[in-house]
Amino acid sequence: MPKRQDIQTILVIGSGPIVIGQAAEFDYAGTQACLSLKEEGYRVILINSNPATIMTDTEIADKVYIEPITLDFVSRIIRKERPDALLPTLGGQTGLNMAIELQESGILDELGIEILGTKLDAIHKAEDRDLFRTLMNELGEPVPESEIVHNLQEAQAFVKEIGYPVIVRPAFTLGGTGGGICYNDQDLEEIVTSGLKYSPVTQCLLEKSIAGYKEIEYEVMRDSADNAIVVCNMENVDPVGIHTGDSIVVAPCQTMTDRENQMLRNVSLKIIRALKIEGGCNVQLALDPHSFNYYIIEVNPRVSRSSALASKATGYPIAKLAAKIAVGLTLDEMKNPVTGSTYACFEPTIDYIVSKIPRWAFDKFESAKRNLGTQMKATGEVMAIGRTFEESILKAVRSLETGQFGLSLKHADELTDEWIEKRIRRAGDERLFFIGEALRRGVTIETIHDWSQIDLFFLRKLEKIVAMERELQADPFNVDVLYKAKRMGFSDVTVAALWNKEQREVYDFRKENGIIPVYKKVDTCAGEYESDTPYFYGTYEEENESVKSDKKSVVVLGSGPIRIGQGVEFDYATVHSVWAIQQAGYEAIIINNNPETVSTDFSISDKLYFEPLTIEDVMHIIDLEQPEGVIVQFGGQTAINLADALEERGVNIIGTSLEDIDRAENRDKFEKALREIGIPQPLGKTAVSVEEAVVIANEIGYPVLVRPSYVLGGRAMEIVYREEELLHYMEHAVEASPAHPVLIDRYLTGTEIEVDAICDGVNVLIPGIMEHIERAGVHSGDSIAVYPPQNLSASMVETIVDYTKRLAIGLNIKGLLNIQFVISEGQVYVIEVNPRSSRTVPFLSKITNLPMANIATKAILGQSITEQGYKTGLAQAPAGVYVKVPVFSFAKLRRVDITLGPEMKSTGEVMGKDITLEKALYKGLVAAGMQIKEYGSVLMTVSDKDKEEMVDLAERFIKIGYRILATEGTAKVLEAAGMNVKTVGKIGAEGPTLLDVIQKGEAQLVINTLTKGKQPERDGFRIRRESVENGIPCLTSIDTADAMLRVIESMSFQTDHMPKQQVVL
Amino acid sequence: MMKTRYLVLEDGTVFKGEAFGSEKATIGETVFTTGMTGYQEAISNPSGYGQIVVMTYPMIGNTGINRDDYESIELAINGIVVREYSDEPSNFRSAMTLGDLLKLKGIPGIQGIDTRKLTRLLREKGPLKGKLTAAGEELDASLAIGEAKAYEIPVNQVASISTKKPYSSPGQGKRVVVIDFGLKHGLLRELNKRDFDVIVVPYNTSTEAILSLVPDGILLSNGPGNPEDVEGAADTIKHLIGNAPIFGIGLGHQLLAMSYGAKIQKMKNGHSGGNYPVKDLTTGRTELTSQSHSYVLEESSIASTPLTVTHRALNDGTIEGICHETDRVFSVQFHPEASPGPHDASHLFDRFDNVMNASTRKENFNA
Repeated sequence: MPKRQDIQTILVIGSGPIVIGQAAEFDYAGTQACLSLKEEGYRVILINSNPATIMTDTEIADKVYIEPITLDFVSRIIRKERPDALLPTLGGQTGLNMAIELQESGILDELGIEILGTKLDAIHKAEDRDLFRTLMNELGEPVPESEIVHNLQEAQAFVKEIGYPVIVRPAFTLGGTGGGICYNDQDLEEIVTSGLKYSPVTQCLLEKSIAGYKEIEYEVMRDSADNAIVVCNMENVDPVGIHTGDSIVVAPCQTMTDRENQMLRNVSLKIIRALKIEGGCNVQLALDPHSFNYYIIEVNPRVSRSSALASKATGYPIAKLAAKIAVGLTLDEMKNPVTGSTYACFEPTIDYIVSKIPRWAFDKFESAKRNLGTQMKATGEVMAIGRTFEESILKAVRSLETGQFGLSLKHADELTDEWIEKRIRRAGDERLFFIGEALRRGVTIETIHDWSQIDLFFLRKLEKIVAMERELQADPFNVDVLYKAKRMGFSDVTVAALWNKEQREVYDFRKENGIIPVYKKVDTCAGEYESDTPYFYGTYEEENESVKSDKKSVVVLGSGPIRIGQGVEFDYATVHSVWAIQQAGYEAIIINNNPETVSTDFSISDKLYFEPLTIEDVMHIIDLEQPEGVIVQFGGQTAINLADALEERGVNIIGTSLEDIDRAENRDKFEKALREIGIPQPLGKTAVSVEEAVVIANEIGYPVLVRPSYVLGGRAMEIVYREEELLHYMEHAVEASPAHPVLIDRYLTGTEIEVDAICDGVNVLIPGIMEHIERAGVHSGDSIAVYPPQNLSASMVETIVDYTKRLAIGLNIKGLLNIQFVISEGQVYVIEVNPRSSRTVPFLSKITNLPMANIATKAILGQSITEQGYKTGLAQAPAGVYVKVPVFSFAKLRRVDITLGPEMKSTGEVMGKDITLEKALYKGLVAAGMQIKEYGSVLMTVSDKDKEEMVDLAERFIKIGYRILATEGTAKVLEAAGMNVKTVGKIGAEGPTLLDVIQKGEAQLVINTLTKGKQPERDGFRIRRESVENGIPCLTSIDTADAMLRVIESMSFQTDHMPKQQVVL
Repeated sequence: MMKTRYLVLEDGTVFKGEAFGSEKATIGETVFTTGMTGYQEAISNPSGYGQIVVMTYPMIGNTGINRDDYESIELAINGIVVREYSDEPSNFRSAMTLGDLLKLKGIPGIQGIDTRKLTRLLREKGPLKGKLTAAGEELDASLAIGEAKAYEIPVNQVASISTKKPYSSPGQGKRVVVIDFGLKHGLLRELNKRDFDVIVVPYNTSTEAILSLVPDGILLSNGPGNPEDVEGAADTIKHLIGNAPIFGIGLGHQLLAMSYGAKIQKMKNGHSGGNYPVKDLTTGRTELTSQSHSYVLEESSIASTPLTVTHRALNDGTIEGICHETDRVFSVQFHPEASPGPHDASHLFDRFDNVMNASTRKENFNA
């Protein structure tokens, strides 16, 4: 069927900020979809609050709105733009939920706006548990025994009937927020209560647990002519019970015969036909390992994380084709973009195996519960391709960048057998490695199967890997054994460790003996048809298909999996760098391993290598491609960390040289450089032992900021106020040694300023200066950033510009740099310089209309800033105020303290823009998911150091009609200042305590600042967690509270009483 | 340790790998198949007669061999080539390993070779004759190449594998006579599922003998090789037309077309796998089908016959189905019985049922 001619303008709703459960995959899907619609000649209007994405670049849609995805704002845009149609299925759960809200509000009917693709009633049928079960019953398809509950009593009644364990799934939430498995009454009460709170419709599904079944997924597509296909099936290595986003997943399925495969394929197609899906859809099934019995777990009637994975795993671009289906095209008339010769109406067949491993943030959140269940906790994932399971899983392991190269555990010899068993029985992020250790200790795969329910197939493969470790160890430098090991995916690092040699020696030995990988093409058809997709993976086989072209090339290193501190912003810069390299006339080659991102869409670069970002894997590609050089400054710390080893191997690092990178990142060298340039920084020194740390801290005076050198996202960074805290930190958070120095700085309170700049070696372009709302001490990634700065004097700006220029030139920066300043008592200090792309590059690029990564790349390649047609110095600020507001995923991570500090905790960000700061802040806060109430109650409980500032805030709250609730200490201070405060009991006090206030929803806002001491048992921690659990905004910084108050004030009218006339007698 | 084995192709290419299955040597035509599941069905498909089958999916043997998923009792293939053979299967139905089955049936296998390189070579050059050397035997490349070149693809394939005697698979419903040109069990499963009263007869059964069974319908089965090698079959079919509805599959489809005067030709790259989109021209719908054929109807020869083209391959446009309404015959090149592969087209057996129901009523033909 030809495409629709009766519509011209299509509104696409994006997925908003990155949160756990909804990450970069929707940037990939959304970008593809928008471009795909434009390709068909439609006018595309995009709304998305996330500035860090490629999707919100103005080239991607005809009009881009970076505005909050709320009914209010989307309706405004709809009224203004009058689109003919709306495409809701590409913006994740956020996009879908928004579309439903719009429909229910009546605006779509009122303006005659059609919903394209899958219709809303189908979405309801798929997502509403009750309707879904009814549909499955009609189709005769089995679903686990279950019950929709609306309160705890209903849940208890259901359990009485079918017994434990039961799974709780809240309706209409992403990533299973608030869900979990209950084994007893206590679990049930806890999980059901929180689940009901998270569900926008206060509905949970209680389901008989089928834990232990195989979890199988089918990625299916259907068009309006009822053609339906399966793009890919996937098998979770972790059986049912662990959220698929937290499971190790392989594609295609490994342990099903064709009968089981076709049975489940038929079911999947039957369901999408019944739902009349037009586009992509994900069907999750549970299959009994001992029979043909199966259950339907759930259906996602939209593109998803799994569809991004399926697209990258097969090459088949699901989102792109789903968008075309939405405008009426059918699968049998569209070409398969991979082969270019065959049609889209076919099912990819692959001749490799793909493994996906999730990436969790537990390394940052030490106190978080590490066990995995039905609620997703991973922030990102890696994918690897190999010709065997062993090869692909080992490649995936080393792509994680967790310091692991094989199946080994750190400090394994200290672990007891009981501990290992426990960690295998109760799934957690490191289960794979505990299994490796168990196998090494001789535990049989049958026993491990009993503990974990993982299929023996996968366990046998892991056993083979462990056996190969022994074979290698027994026979060093045996060519045949080494070749076998490399074919199984062993890294040189693992081999070197087993041989007690250096990695380099293994590499040299391999090269001498011709053991080097070849690159195979991902072509959707297992080689049956010719294809010119430039999408490759490495493996140890005979024939290499990746041919070096005659064109000069440049390699860009990607940033690997999304994690806290290294998010989609770095993928944004990577993609822009690739485009700039192409514009400059070079072939752009990208190496990356994150299946969710735009950068790993094979149509972005001239060549995509889907490979781990380790020195070994990167060098193999460089050996083959012989590029002019490698650009490392866009791939975050992942790429920067490889610079050293690359240069050591004679590779040309283009852009800021390794030596200069080191001058910025190595504390002592940086200090020396600053002295030479003449720029002040807070007093600070490097300690290589605990004793030294104590001496230094006493020298510069407390409070001090401590952190290991070379960090991203402020990992293990803390402000310490006393010597005992310092000792605790030195003992628990870091291991100080000459190889791992610890930085100790004077902690200055003051305004934090952030600058991104581009230097071509001679001139410096400063797109903008940003002022942070939160004072220094809160990680820049967790602060609200304001552009342009609102409180800087002209001379201060001048100083900052001057320092920036001198730093850029003085540090010999070529390309991007990011600087953080603190202004304390009228003096500007440099806190740190990052000689690379930063988190704020997309934010600033979008505001200033200066494509920073592009300009930087061209500068790196030799085109000066002025030659590119840009002015140098500080760019003229456009009208308006722009704020970047961080977004957190605390609801997903139990036991994590939400207090803001030097360690970064946010997973994503949104942008708010308007003509005043207050309006911009309002939008930013709303887009970040905070509910701002014009009146209500604020619960205050602050530490002594903040009480003074709190008085002013409280007064202002009262003035606009808020009621103040406070704990005793805080209340006393406020009452002393003449305010009317309701005192609530502390935790443990008699009568209703503040926890009751929070649980009962009696406060609309909580302000809680940190009392020193980080033990989770502290009351403050409970207050903060309780707020998160109950969905009440909890502000942990006085500055954020002040900003929020300004917003509320600007929303309210002043209602001051008339001055009392006093007649002077 | 596994013993070394080589695959030597007639063009001189040599692959070194490891032996599994039978230790003996073999020669055959090397072809590839792209299904990701269903190796048991693929290697037991009689259409693979004499072939050395290359699996493009790299990990084979994962689910073992079970009692149920055979497509014939004896295996007709000559050899199997895989990237990695798994001798520790995991599936609740698994009764033995693939290697044990191959040993039992005397069929050699090779593993550990770059099967993608081999596939690309075959895509480039078309099927190549090749030799799998005996396990552990030293390589004499020129000798092996010579043997591969000298090998002649057998012309009596159907005769060798068709049943020698008629047999029945009784049911309560319509009488269907199946002419066995290399019948897959999947066909019988579909017929039995519909409770037809099935009688399978040898490929060379005479028209009279078939009609004496008073069939409500006749099914021309799939089978291996070149339909022109199946002497007399087209002639027999010609005489059957009009006496009962006929449904042809695979080789049976080609023979039916030939009986109307159509010609067939060998394809450069045959179809083998489970993901071939076929457009049903009567409904406009595209279905994913299972296929294994290296011959196809010649486009130009159809015009001079009374046949209507009903199905076409979406990708290369080749003819995938034909019919003759008044004669109540229809046939498809692909495998509606799947096994292995998608079940999208299994409704064709219902259509066969409908045609038999309609008997002489033409208007219901496409129901």
